Amino acid sequence: MIRIIPRLDIKGPNLVKGIHLEGLRVLGKPEDFASRYYQEGADELIYIDAVASLYGRKNLLEIVRRAAQDIFIPLTAGGGLRTIDDIKNLLRAGADKVAINTAGLANPSFIKEAAKVFGSQCIVVSIQAKLREQGSYECMTDNAREKTGKDAWDWAREAVDLGAGELLITSVDREGTGKGFDVSFIRKIAEAVPVPVIACGGAGTPEHFHQVIQEGRADAVCAASIFHYHRLKALTTIDQYQEEGNIEFIRRNRETTEFLKNRISPTSIQSVKEYLLNAGIGCRIEEKARINAP
Amino acid sequence: MTSGHASTGPEPWDTKYNLRFKMSQVTIIDYGIGNLFNLEKVVAHLGGKAIVSGEPQTILKAERVILPGVGAFGDGMENLRKQELIEPIREYVHSQRPFLGICLGMQLLLSESEEFGRHEGLGLVPGKVKRLKSPEPGSRPYKIPHVGWNRLQVRDDLPHGNLLLQNLPSEPCVYFVHSYAVFPQDSSNILAETEYGLNRFCSVLKKENLLGCQFHPEMSGEVGLQILRNFLNL
Repeated sequence: MIRIIPRLDIKGPNLVKGIHLEGLRVLGKPEDFASRYYQEGADELIYIDAVASLYGRKNLLEIVRRAAQDIFIPLTAGGGLRTIDDIKNLLRAGADKVAINTAGLANPSFIKEAAKVFGSQCIVVSIQAKLREQGSYECMTDNAREKTGKDAWDWAREAVDLGAGELLITSVDREGTGKGFDVSFIRKIAEAVPVPVIACGGAGTPEHFHQVIQEGRADAVCAASIFHYHRLKALTTIDQYQEEGNIEFIRRNRETTEFLKNRISPTSIQSVKEYLLNAGIGCRIEEKARINAP
Repeated sequence: MTSGHASTGPEPWDTKYNLRFKMSQVTIIDYGIGNLFNLEKVVAHLGGKAIVSGEPQTILKAERVILPGVGAFGDGMENLRKQELIEPIREYVHSQRPFLGICLGMQLLLSESEEFGRHEGLGLVPGKVKRLKSPEPGSRPYKIPHVGWNRLQVRDDLPHGNLLLQNLPSEPCVYFVHSYAVFPQDSSNILAETEYGLNRFCSVLKKENLLGCQFHPEMSGEVGLQILRNFLNL
C-alpha cells in the first residue's frame, strides 16, 4: 500500500511553509493540522525543524511530545540532528524515526552509527536535490541554502549502504510550487535502491500523487502545501496563533490562497486517497468509523 | 482514559470500550533492542500500567508480558542470553499468563531463523523464520524490507476464540517494518495472514497463551490501539 505522508515544517512553535524551502510563512499551530491529518487517515507524519541549527531543538521536541500523546501512526522528526543523543531525545519524546540530512553528508559514519544503535528502520536519510545545469542533481543542506557539491544520485545509494532504512527525496526545484513531482528523478532512485523511497516536493493536485506513484515508482508520497492550505481554509481562529514569523500571511490567507489556486488545489488526505483508490492504487482508508471502539 | 478525540469517544463508564481492570499491568521486556518509549506511552494512553524491565524476577512475577524488538534475530537472542532472560521467559510462558511478541519479539518465539546464518530461537512455537521472497523477473516490483501499511486477513475457521483481534473492522490495516516472517509448523497457530508481493505470511500468531504480531500495533492507528486494548483485557 502506498503511504501518504503530510510534512510539517516547524519554525519555533509554528507550522510554516515556504517555496523551494525558503521564505517560510507561518500557517498556524502544528497540532491543529496534525490531529486532523491523523483522523483523516495520514499514514505517517514527518516533522522537520526548519531552524533547529540556529535555535536548538526545544520546540520540535515539545511538538513531537504533544503529537505522540494522541497520534498513533509513525512519526518521523528531523532538522539539524547531529549526535546520537539528538536522536535519542527525539525518540524519547515520541518519534519513531528520525530524518538526517546535513550531518550525514558532513559525516557519513554518523548514519552508520545511528543505524547500528537504533536500527535501520529508524533512520530516514533526507536528500534535498537541486537540479544542476548538466542534468544531474546536487545535494543541498540547510533548507536548500547551502550547496554540498555531492551528487544526489550517488549519495542516495551510498546512504542506503550506510544503513538508511528509507530515503526522503525532496526536489528543491518543485518544492512548494504545486508543479508536480520530479517523476523521472524519483524513479531513477526508486529503481536503484532496495529501501522505500518517499517522494517529496511539488504536489499540487491528486493527479500528481498518481503520477509519482505510477511512473515514479515512489513507495510513499510526502506533501505539505496541498494539505495545509486545505486545512487552513477550515481554521478561522487565527487570533490565537503565536506572533512569530510572517503572521501576515494568515491574515491575508484568503487572497494568498487565491493566488496559489492556479497551481495548488487544496485537497484533503482523504480525497487524495479516494482519487488514488479510483485509479487502482492501493492505500489505506482511515477505518476509525468502522471500528466498534474509540 | 480513552482516545484523545474526546468528542467521538465513549463515556468513561461504557465498560465495553474500557479496560476491564482499571490498571492492567504489562511488563515490557527491555533487552537492549529497539525503542520502547512509544509502546510504554500507548499502554499508558489505554489506561494500563507499563513496567519496562530487563530483570528476570520482574518478568517471572508479571501479570502479562510484551516482548518487543526490532533488528536482527541473532542479536536479539544474544541479548536475551546475556541478560539471562531465556529461562525466565520460558518459565513465564509455561505459567499460561498472556504473552505478546511484537515484530522481532514474535519471531524469537520460533524454533529457528535463517537470518544471517542459522540461529536457534526460544523454541516456544515450532517453525521457522525465513526471509520474505524478493520479486521475480516479470512480477510487479516491490521492496524488501516490507515497510508500510497492509491488511490483516483474519482467519475465521479457528475453533478457539479470537480475543486479540476482536472489535476490529474486517481486513484491518496495520503498520509493518520487516524483512523476515514466521512460518509456524502447525498452521492452526496462524490467526491472521498478510499478502505482500509474492509472499503470504503469518501476521498474527497464537499458541495457547502466546500471541505474536509481525506488525507494530503501537504505530497502527486506531486498529493497533484496539489490538493492544484487547491484549490488556486478557
